[in-house]
Formats: sequence, structure tokens, C-alpha cells
Amino acid sequence: MTARDAIVVGGGLVGAAIAHGLRGQGLDTVLLDEGDVAFRASRGNFGLVWVQSKGFGAPWYQQWTRGSAGEWPALAADLAARTGIDTALQQPGGVHLCLSEAEFDDRAARMARMQAEAGNHGFDHRMIRRGELDDMLPGLGPSVVGASFTPYDGHASPLALLQALHRAFTEAGGAYIPNAKVTGGSAAPHDFRVETAAGAFTAPRIVLAAGLGNADLAPVFGLNTPVRPQRGQILVTERAGTILPMPTTTIRQTGEGTIMLGDSMEEAGFDTRQAPPVMAQIAQRAALCFPWIAELNIVRAWSALRVMAPDGLPIYDQSDRFPGAFTANCHSGVTLAGAHARLLAPMIAAGALDPVLAPFTAKRFDVQTAA
Amino acid sequence: MIHDLAIIGAGPAGMAAAVEARACGLSVLVVDDNPAPGGQVFRAAEAAAPDPAVGPEIAPGLALIAAFRASGAEYRPATTLWHLDPDEGLLSLAGPQGVDEARARRVLLATGAQERAVPIPGWTLPGVMTAGAAQIMLKTTGAVPAGRTVLAGQGPLVWLLAVQLARAGAAPLLLETRSTGLAAALSQGGLWSGRRLLAKGLALMAEARRRGVRVVRPVRGLRAEGTTRVERIAWDGGAAPCDTLLLHEGVIPQTHVSRAIGVDHAWDAGQACWRPVTDGFGASSHDRIAIAGDGAGIGGWEAAVAAGRLAALDTARRLDALDAAGVAARSAAPLAARRAALALRPLLDAFYAPPASVLAPPDDVLACRCEEVTAGAIRAAARLGATGPNQMKAYLRCGMGPCQGRICAPSVAALIAEVRGVPPETIAPLRPRAPYKPITVGQLAASAESAQQPPQ
Amino acid sequence: MFRPRPDARPATIEVLVDGTPVLVPAGASAAAAVLLAGLPAIRETPVSGSPRLPLCMMGVCFDCLAEIDGVANRQACMVPVAPGMRIARQHGARAARP
Repeated sequence: MTARDAIVVGGGLVGAAIAHGLRGQGLDTVLLDEGDVAFRASRGNFGLVWVQSKGFGAPWYQQWTRGSAGEWPALAADLAARTGIDTALQQPGGVHLCLSEAEFDDRAARMARMQAEAGNHGFDHRMIRRGELDDMLPGLGPSVVGASFTPYDGHASPLALLQALHRAFTEAGGAYIPNAKVTGGSAAPHDFRVETAAGAFTAPRIVLAAGLGNADLAPVFGLNTPVRPQRGQILVTERAGTILPMPTTTIRQTGEGTIMLGDSMEEAGFDTRQAPPVMAQIAQRAALCFPWIAELNIVRAWSALRVMAPDGLPIYDQSDRFPGAFTANCHSGVTLAGAHARLLAPMIAAGALDPVLAPFTAKRFDVQTAA
Repeated sequence: MIHDLAIIGAGPAGMAAAVEARACGLSVLVVDDNPAPGGQVFRAAEAAAPDPAVGPEIAPGLALIAAFRASGAEYRPATTLWHLDPDEGLLSLAGPQGVDEARARRVLLATGAQERAVPIPGWTLPGVMTAGAAQIMLKTTGAVPAGRTVLAGQGPLVWLLAVQLARAGAAPLLLETRSTGLAAALSQGGLWSGRRLLAKGLALMAEARRRGVRVVRPVRGLRAEGTTRVERIAWDGGAAPCDTLLLHEGVIPQTHVSRAIGVDHAWDAGQACWRPVTDGFGASSHDRIAIAGDGAGIGGWEAAVAAGRLAALDTARRLDALDAAGVAARSAAPLAARRAALALRPLLDAFYAPPASVLAPPDDVLACRCEEVTAGAIRAAARLGATGPNQMKAYLRCGMGPCQGRICAPSVAALIAEVRGVPPETIAPLRPRAPYKPITVGQLAASAESAQQPPQ
Repeated sequence: MFRPRPDARPATIEVLVDGTPVLVPAGASAAAAVLLAGLPAIRETPVSGSPRLPLCMMGVCFDCLAEIDGVANRQACMVPVAPGMRIARQHGARAARP
């Protein structure tokens, strides 16, 4: 049995970012991961560092997301300096393409409301008509009528990020332990123990960041994380010469030159099979946006499971019953990596979540149930 | 329309299965990504049979190809299976007529073998190919490598190709990597049952020497050298000028589709590869999927023909086109043929076991040719914490290029096993996803027209 | 580079390999035509620009990707030649063409 300052359960992007942050706070941290075959949403991530559609009706989420996008350059620089890995961060702003006047009007209303909700926090955005959009993006299809733009948006490589976090954490003295799926545990205030295939671990702090695994794990530690899987499918083309200057909500060109096409939102439980009809719809929409994409080969595609709370927002909590037990759950492991590593981890190290995270408590679901 | 049996691959197993299934009255669809039937062993057989360099070995396939063409099976050449839904028996296809779907009550994967990757230093240099590639050139065009040709590696194909090149006036220098002694291999038995195949093999070796093939053995530490193309082959204690280097360390099952659909696979220690788990009639762990031929484990074309027939008979029984007595009567001959064909296999596997440096190459060698990832980088990532090829792919992109890990996945798994000090069977194989081969965004988009809407 | 054996397989189909006419036997693949033409490489990789020629010739390795009749990144070993076919080597990543 190994005693540490902190245990982080889950070696995906959320857990790895928090573990990296905790190590940066000087905590002796162990990061427990599953093996090679795991749902691992981080391996299926689309790779946007995306702000513009986050937090409609929930301005605190908009603020947290924007804060994370703001932390990203420092995170990327830190990881590059520590590991030499380029996470391919680019934040040129981003667009959401509208394929009809109805979509455009709906988008405009949505963006206006988000601005209103943002209050004096601000929400810089523009609705852009076709003529101006043609100067921003190459070869738009005839059905594109316009787009919304915000300067906050960008993208990065989820896979480079995952490797860089693991490597930076390890090289700073953190213990990354794969093949260590948690099989049991026990809790007392500031005194936690977990059993894994790789042995038992104890610490006065524990962070549950096990994605879909949190749903079963949380009650043991006095937490509630009612997350469910939501399937998303993504297509990726072969490498092409650099052509897209900025990402859209569903199409982005990676640092390698491949073009990623997303994505679907399917309620399919834990079924990770691919569905050709859904893949076809993704391809169809991409070709409507950029007809020249049609001639590119799709070399890879996959389906993965998002970690979704009932209202689609993240869940951050500290256990009332067992202080020292925290949980982090979201479907935006890339976007929120900046916040997780640089804002959330210091809070956990200090022993209390900042009030800005209060709206993210899972207690919000208790209220809804009672109402 | 729903076919009784859809067969993926028109090689020996697929063709034999189609013929047998048609004889049982089943409707059959055969999909193959090559332009003509025959698979690898009988590739372009109809055109190549008159060529004295390859004719003797390719002639046995002509009768099978003729029977297949006359069988009444619907045959779709130059067509790729890019997704298979085993539960629904739904095949997503891309071919000369575009993208469409087919349905079948049972699906037989007869995807055959591929050559084991031989990642030696310099193996990405132009002029370095697989032995099978040179044989394909010979069969499809009659052409042979110009200049100094070196054939390096081991296995039955090495001797066959050496003979065929020599017959065509291009005798290679043969660098045999075999390190297993004859005595150790003989302890595997099978000599009597396999005497016919053994005699053929010995005759090939004799013909090779008679035709002037020079053999160096045993050769270790192979490396291809050159700047913009291969110019020299070097090994521990020797070197030779070289214009074309042909590598071969045996063949392994093509399991891309069987792994993608998630049927059970088992590690075959004798052949150092994964193979799908099948029963004696080719039935896999999925009740709609059968697998026959080298794609279910390397056995050679005669075993593949027998296995294809057995899988067809089992399909006929499952679809009530044949009763148990009928299966018994018709399966006796293929069962006996397969026994004879497989008798020598353990001996061959032991005799031609690939060296450790081929399975897990040295640090400076590119293991993943597409994304250009070295064995050293893979070892480092395994030390960091990648416990299998799926996480390794996420870390380093090995397996993400156009070949989708067909070439590098076995090397990646072997490197992880070596670093972590675990047996190879504990490293689960890479999980391929659709499209199994690339299709264009436009082709896929076009399929949306006809496709049924997904549940939201 | 490969040399033909016209006595065994007469070359009857003319294709253009990087603009140069080459006669190849019917049934040859576009990749075979490149090997018969003696091109030093069929492509330069998009990752490092290193030159490649076909490795497996049977659809597994994807090292024979080439531009055929104006379509980039086709598996040349899987495409049978046709009269007048234009086969061109690729330099790095293909272009996207708006």
C-alpha cells in the first residue's frame, strides 16, 4: 500500500490535467488509469478549444469555458517546455456555419441571448454574412448563408495533449499507473483508500475523474455524479495541404493536415459501434459546407462516448460527508484542460472549491427532482 | 434482396466456399477488392498460367477459378468492404458503381494472409519490397527486378520465389535468416502425413540450387543501406551490392475486418500472430460470421480450399439447405484434405520462426511507415505507460496513417510486450474502425440518400 | 526498377507515368507501371518527405499512393491500368482544391 498526498482516479484528459496541476502545487500525486481498452473519451475527442456555444442559459459555464481558453496558451507553453511536445494549440477564433436563413436567424438570436446573459463579463461575437465569410474561408458551398464568429475559439491536438500531460506529470515526479482500474475503496474525511489491480493507495485527497466510471465510483466517496454516455462519431480525412485558417463547430484541419469532420449526438448507451447512416450524414453536411472536401479520402473514423450530465454541463463537487473527496466530470476535456490544470487543481490542493464553481454542484439535480 | 451467404475475398477459400454453397442451392455474393479472382496465390492465374516462370505453381488454381466463375455466385470484383454490421448482416461496399449496401444471412470472411512486416534498418528505402510484391509483379506483368536482386528472409515463399525468379532469368542472392535447426523442427512431426508437401518443398530447394541461386545462411543483423534508394545489403559479417531487396519472414492472417467487428481472437504462439477463434467449420464467436482460409490462421491454399468448403456446408446446414447426413457425406473429403494440408504446418512454423529482431525491431528502425514512428519512440511511450496498441496509437499516431496499422500493429504490440516484460498474448490487438479502407467524403455523403435515418 | 519479359507477357497498353509514355501488359496495376517505368519514387511522404516505392503490391501497406487520372492518394497497386491512364508521383500531402 502506498500513501500519497492525492489520488486522481482516471488518466484521461480531465484526470491527467488535474494530476498535472496538483503535481505543480507540490502534491505527491498518483494518477490511476485503466488499461489499453477503455471507453476513454479523450481518445475520441474532436479537439476544439471551444467557447462560442458553451453556456447558453448558464453564463457561469460560459465564463468557466472562456477562462479555460484563456489559460490554454500558458498550459501549452508549460507542456512544450517540460516535454517538447507541441499540443498544436491555435486560437484564431472560430465559426459556426449556418446552412439556411432559419439556422442563421436562430444562431443570431442565440448569440444575442448569450451576450445578454454574460452581463458585464461581455461576449464578443459577430454574425457574418456570406460575402465577408468568403474572405475568411475557402470554397464555401452554395448553401452556406453565414456564420457566427467569436474570437475566443480555437483548437488543439487532444492526443498530443494527453501524451504531454502524462509525460509532464511523470517527469515532474508524479506516479502514472496504467492497468489500475479501481475495484473498490473506502472513505473517511480526509482519509481515502482505493483498491486497484495494481495495488492499494491511500491519501487525504481523492479526485474522481474517471469519466463514465464516476457514476458507480462517486457514491463510495459521498459524491453524486449522474453521468451517462452520449455517442459521437467523427470522420478524419487524409492529410492535405494547409487550407482551413480556423476551425468551425464541426470541421477543423489538424496540425498534421488531416481534416476532422464531426460530429453526432446519439443516445446509444455504452454501444461504441459505428453507424454508417450517421457517418453518411456527417459527410453530407461537411460536403455542403465545403464541397471540395468531397474528393478527400476518409482514412479513419470512430465513435466514442461523451460523459454527459443530465443538463449537459460539467459537474464539480467536493463531498460534504467526506471532505477531501472531489469529482470532475465533463465532455470538454480539451477545452477545459486549461482550467482543470491551472484553476481547478490549485483549488483542490487548497482544499476547497472556489465559489465560481458552486453552480456546477450535482446538488442542482436534487433541486430539479424536488421541484 | 438478402443473400444466403456473402463471402469477402475471392481467393482459394472464398472461391471454394462459393462453389460449394451454390452446389447446396444457396444464393451467394462474393466481394473482392482485386480485379480478378484467385487471391494472392492464384493472382492473375488465367493470364499468368502460360508463363513458364510461374505456370507450374499457378496452374492448380485454374480449375477452381473456372468452377467459381461458372458457379452462379454474384461476383463483385474491385469492390471494397468498408463496414460490416455483423448483427444485421449488413455490408457497406464501395466499388466501380459507387457506394451501396448488401445483406446476407451469413457472412464468410475469407480475407487471406498478408506478409509479416520485416522492419529492418533501411526498409523504407525505394527498392526494398516484400518477396510477395515481386511475385505479384511476376504474375501480373511477367516482369522481374532489374540488376542485382537480393532475397532475404525465410519461409516456403522465399524458395518458391527464388526458383520463379531464376526461371525468369533473374536468379537472386538468397540470404536465409533461418536460425532453427532441422532437428528441432523435425520434433514437431507431421513428416508422413505431410510427405507430399515436404517433397514439393525439397524439390524447390533443389531446383533453386540447380538454377544458380546462391544461398548464404544463417544471416543476422540485416540492414538495407543507401541514400535515396537501396544500394547495398549488409549483415553481420558480410555485405553485397543490391538494386532490389526482397524481404520475407512468413505470412500472418489478415484480421483487419475480424478484429473490427469484435469476434474473439486468440494468440497463436506457433505462428506468432493473432487469429480469430473458429470451430472446425469456420464458425466464429458471432453466430452470423464464419472465417475460413489463411485469414483464420495460416495453412496454405489447399487447407484454405477445404476450409472454404466446410464453411459453406455449415452455412447450408444452418440455413436448412442441407441436413446433418448431407453435411457428414460432403465434409469427409475436405476434412481429410485439410488434415493432409495442415500436417506439415507445425514443422514449418518451427523451422521458419521469425527472429526476435523482426518481431521487435531495433530503436532506430521505423516501425510505423505511414506516420514514421521509430521503434525507439514506441519503447519510450511503453515505458511512460501505454499498455497496448490503442493507447500507443493515441500517444504516437502509429496505426493512424492510411494503412490503419495493418503493417505496424504487430510490431507495436511486440515492442510493448518486450518493454513491459509480459507475454505477447497479454497485449490485446489494435481495434480497427470503419472505413476498413479509405472511401471519399463524397462517396459516403452519397450513401446518405439511400440510407435509413438513424434514431436520434 | 523492374524489367519486362515481353516473350512471357507482351506489353500492349500505353500509360503515362509522370508524363512519359510506358507500355505495360494488360492486367498490370498502376503501381506496376511505375516500377516498370523505373521511377525513383512513387511518392514523397507527407510526414518527412522521404521517397517511397511500393512495398507490398497487394493493398496492405499504402506506400504506393499516387495521383491517378487526377485523383490523389489512390492505392496504385489496386488500380488496373487502362489505355492513356495518367499516373503521377505525389510530393508530400495532397492539395485540397476549393
